[in-house]
Amino acid sequence: MSFLKIKNLSVDYPMRKETVYAAKGVNIEVNKGEILGLVGESGSGKSTVGNAIINLIDAPGKLSSGSVMLGDLDIHKDPSNIIKYRGKKVGLIFQDPQTSLNPILTIGEQLIETIQTHLDLTKEEAKIKSIGLLKEVGIKDAEKRFNNYPHQFSGGMRQRVVISLALCCEPELLIADEPTTALDVSIQSQILDLIKKLTKERNLAVILITHDMGVIAETADRVAVMKSGNLVEIGLTKEILTKPKETYTKSLVSSVPPTNKKISRFVIIEKENKNNQKNNIKILNRWNKKEIVEQDLVQIKNLSKSFDDNFFTESSKNSVMAVDNVSFEIKEGESFGLVGESGSGKSTIAKMIVNLFKPSSGDIFFDNICITKIKEKSEMMKFRKQIQMIFQDPYSSLNGRLKVKEIISEPIKLHNASISSGDLNNYIFDLLESVELSQKSADRYPHEFSGGQRQRISIARALATQPRLLVCDEPTSALDVSIQAQILNLLKDLQEQLNLTILFISHDLPVVRQMCDRIGVLKDGKLCEVTGTEDLFLNPQHDYTKELLRLMPKIESIYN
Amino acid sequence: MLVVAFVSFSLFNFVGDPINNMVGEETSDEERAELRETLGLMDPIHVQFSRFVVNASKGEFGISYQLRRPVSELITERLPATIELVVISALIALITGTLLGVYTGINRKGFLSDIILAVSLLGVSLPTFVIGILFIYLFAVILGILPSFGRGEVVDFGFWTTGFLTISGLKAIILPSVTLSLFQMTYIIRLVRAEMMEILQTDYIKFARARGISENSIKYKHALKNGLIPVITIAGINIGTLIAFSIITETVFQWPGMGFLFIQAVQFVDIPIMSAYLIFIAFVFVMINFIVDILYYFIDPRIRVKGDVSSG
Repeated sequence: MSFLKIKNLSVDYPMRKETVYAAKGVNIEVNKGEILGLVGESGSGKSTVGNAIINLIDAPGKLSSGSVMLGDLDIHKDPSNIIKYRGKKVGLIFQDPQTSLNPILTIGEQLIETIQTHLDLTKEEAKIKSIGLLKEVGIKDAEKRFNNYPHQFSGGMRQRVVISLALCCEPELLIADEPTTALDVSIQSQILDLIKKLTKERNLAVILITHDMGVIAETADRVAVMKSGNLVEIGLTKEILTKPKETYTKSLVSSVPPTNKKISRFVIIEKENKNNQKNNIKILNRWNKKEIVEQDLVQIKNLSKSFDDNFFTESSKNSVMAVDNVSFEIKEGESFGLVGESGSGKSTIAKMIVNLFKPSSGDIFFDNICITKIKEKSEMMKFRKQIQMIFQDPYSSLNGRLKVKEIISEPIKLHNASISSGDLNNYIFDLLESVELSQKSADRYPHEFSGGQRQRISIARALATQPRLLVCDEPTSALDVSIQAQILNLLKDLQEQLNLTILFISHDLPVVRQMCDRIGVLKDGKLCEVTGTEDLFLNPQHDYTKELLRLMPKIESIYN
Repeated sequence: MLVVAFVSFSLFNFVGDPINNMVGEETSDEERAELRETLGLMDPIHVQFSRFVVNASKGEFGISYQLRRPVSELITERLPATIELVVISALIALITGTLLGVYTGINRKGFLSDIILAVSLLGVSLPTFVIGILFIYLFAVILGILPSFGRGEVVDFGFWTTGFLTISGLKAIILPSVTLSLFQMTYIIRLVRAEMMEILQTDYIKFARARGISENSIKYKHALKNGLIPVITIAGINIGTLIAFSIITETVFQWPGMGFLFIQAVQFVDIPIMSAYLIFIAFVFVMINFIVDILYYFIDPRIRVKGDVSSG
C-alpha cells in the first residue's frame, strides 16, 4: 500500500493560441521511507508535477484533473483547504538556496512563523523546536545562528536551513526540486546524505526531482522518467538505468557522460543516422589552417589576481586572492581542462587569458609572446583575434536585439573591415552550417532559438575570427544532457578538423573526462595538480582531487 | 556641498556689481571704494570664498537688497511654512502612495486598480500649477469650502510659527499640500506596485507559500517589507524634489514659504536670498541622503552585517 498516490494528474496552461499541457495524466506512487527520483529534461513537466501536488501552480496554469492521496487523505478534495497541508503534510525544497529564503527576516523568524502557522505552540516552544531542527540538519552553533539572516550563511548551509524549514512541521512527504543543482559537488553530496538520512529517520516519502542521472543513481530507490508532460517509464533505479525499455530513456541514459571511461563520441540515439557521422565543416576551405607545432601555445607563469572590495585602500587586508600564483602550459592542439568548485578562480583565469581582466601579477604567454605586457591597442587586436571565448549562459551572452547575422558578422568586420557583403554573407552561412544550423537562421533573432542552438551561435561567433585558442567557460552547464552531448560532439569535431586548442573550464568532472587531454585542478585560487586526464581519474595524487572524485555522483554506482 | 557653495558664491560676486545694487545713484566713487574695502571685496577670490563658506556655515548670508533685512532672519521666518507644507505632502504621498501601490500590486486586474492607475497617469502628466489652479477653482471658487491662498491664522512660538493649531491654518494647508504631493504620490504608487509584483514572483515567496504561510502574512510581512527598501531611496530623493516643486505650489497658493521668497527674490535680482536658498536646498538634499543611508542600515540586514558573510 503506497503512501502517496498521484492519479491521473494533469496541469494545463491555457495560452492565447493554444493550451499547453505541462502534465498529462501522470500516475505516481511513493512509499514511506522511499526516495523516488523524477527525471527529465527542462520542460518535461517534472517540476510541474512536484508543484501540482500541493497545488502551487502559477497562473494561468491550473490543475485540470487528477487526485493526490496521502494515505487515506485526499488533499485536493477541497481546493481552499490545500493551504493547511502545505508545510504540514508536504514539505517542498527548491533549487536555489540563495533565493528561497526571505533576505530581510532572520531564519529564526521564518522558522517560528512556519511552525506557529501549523502547530499550536508558543513562541518559546517554537524556538526550542527550531533550534533542535537546525541541529538536526547539521548547523553548528544553532542557538547563535538562529538570529542570523540568510545572507550570513553559505550556499550549502542555506540549503540546510531550507530543509529545516521544509521539515519543521513534520510533513510526511518531502518534495525536493533540484535541491543540489546550484551547489558544488562536495556540498551536493553532504545535502544528499542529509536527505537520505532524514528519509530513514523520519520515515519520509521523498520525491527527488533532478536532471542529474548521477544523483539519481546514488540516491533514488525508484525512478520515474518524464518527457513533455508524459510519464515515460517508472521502475527500480537499477533497471531504468541499465535496461531502459523506452527509446527516450535509452537516449537519455546514453547522453550522460560516463565517469569511469573515456569515450570518443556521445551516442545520440534519437536522430540515429544523422548525427552519428561527423559533420561537414564547411568553413574548412576558407580556414587559414595552421599545422600543429610541438610547442606550448599558452604559458601561464605565476599568475595572480586579487579582488579588492575596498576601492580606496589597495591594502591586502580585505582583498581576496581569486587566483594565487598559478602556472601551467597548454600545448598547441590539445584540450586542457580546468576544474574546480565555485570560487576556485577558474573563470578568473579564463578572463585573464582573453584579456578581460588584468592580472595583479604574473605573465601570460601566447605563442611565445607575453600578452600581459602589451600596451598598444592595435598590437592587442592581433591576439584577441586568435583567442576567442564561449560563455556559460547562452541566454545572456547573445545580444537579443541583433539578428544572428549581425552577431556573427561583427567580429568578422572588426578584423577584416574590407570584406565585401556577398563574401561576408557566404562566410556567415558557412559558419552556421559548420555548427549545424541552417542558413535561414541568419535572419532570425536569438530568442527564437533553444538553449543548445544559441550555444551553437556562440560557437559560430567565436569561430568567425579563425581563432587558434578557444576558451570555453562552462559551455554546457546551462544545457540539458542530450543537448550537452551534441554540443560536446560538435566541439570535438571542430577541434579535430580545425586544429583548435581548447581551454575547457567546468565543474563537471565526467564532462571534463570526455573532453580533455590534460586537466588542472584548482582550489581556492591555487593549482593542486596538473596531469593527463586518465592519470587524474585513475590515479589522483592530490588529496583534494581524490576527495572530488570520491564525491562525484557516479551513474555507474548502480552496478555495484 | 562645496560645489553648490561655490556656484552660489559666484552668483553673489560675479553677476552684476553688488555695490551697484546696494548703494544709490548719487554715491561718489570714493565712497564706493570705501564700501568695497569694508565689505572685503578687494581681497583675492579664494579669501572671499573661504569667508563666504565660513559665514554660510554660521548661517549668515548677508543682507537682502530688496527687503533690507538679514537673509538669515528672512529664512527663519519663512522656513516653518515650507517645512510644514513639505512634511505634510510627503506624508500624504508616502502613506496613500504605499497603500494604493500595494493594493494595485496585489489586485492587478481589478476595476479599482485600473481606475487608480489611470488617475495616477493623470497625476504624473499634469503639471503642478495646473493641478493647483484646478483645485483653487473647484474648492475655493465653486465650492468655497477651502481658502485659495495664504496660511490662515498662525500661532507664533517665537522660533517657529505653525498653522496646525488653528482651524483656518489646517484648512489652508489642505489644498497646497495635496497639490504638491500628487506627483510624488503617483510616482510612489507605480513604484510600489512594480516592486510588489516583482517580489510576489520570487522564489522565497513561492517557498513561503509552499510552507503554508497564510496569504496575508506573505503579502504584508514577507513581500511588503522587501518592497519598501527601494521605495525609501526614491522617497528620500523625492522629498528633496518636493522642496524644489514647492516653489511652484507656493507661488500658486501665495504660500508664505521659502519658495515664494525665492521667486520674489528672482524678480528683484535679490542675490543674497537666492544664494542662501541654493545652499539651503543643497544642504537638505545632503541631509536627506544621509538619513536614507542610515535608514537603510536599519531596514536591510544585508548592509548591517558586512564582512561577516561566510564564504560560499
